Amino acid sequence: MADDGDTGTVKEPLDLIRLSLDERIYVKLRGERELRGRLHAYDQHLNMILGEVEETLTTMEIDDETYEEIIKTQKRVIPFLFVRGDGVILISPPLRS
Amino acid sequence: MLFFSLFKTLVGKEVTVELKNDLCISGALHSVDQYLNIKLTNTRVHNEQKYPHMMSVRNCFIRGSVVRYVHLPPGAVDVEVLHDATRREARGG
Repeated sequence: MADDGDTGTVKEPLDLIRLSLDERIYVKLRGERELRGRLHAYDQHLNMILGEVEETLTTMEIDDETYEEIIKTQKRVIPFLFVRGDGVILISPPLRS
Repeated sequence: MLFFSLFKTLVGKEVTVELKNDLCISGALHSVDQYLNIKLTNTRVHNEQKYPHMMSVRNCFIRGSVVRYVHLPPGAVDVEVLHDATRREARGG
């Protein structure tokens, strides 16, 4: 489809991800997990290699008596991580909050 | 084929495979295939009290589809080479 030397133009969503190579990104995964790390590699399955990653796990518990929602997060840091693409929901530049 | 090639360069290195069922298995990467199925040797499971049935397992074959993460040794891979390989691979649909 594209010319062999044509890596500059953005034609499809995977090309958008290419713009984020060696940049920090935000990844939302299945299982209420989020990753923030530096994108080093990816493929069409969205398998990825991320460096300097922080993983955030979010759990929600409901108090039996008050029925209030208690949202808890757990974080951990992994220096160099392969992520299998079938768990990926979305990829974005890091959200600054 | 990018990640298949990457894992082939990591054969022999110590890695930790985190499965989708939350099991974490550390071991030496023995081999990998095109499906990213993984064989580990000299394995030990991380949370031994929670998964006592894995204590005596020393070698295992892990189906690629059950992997969530593979924790890799930092510095084992040249990231510049990864960036170039990615640009070549993810091109042209």
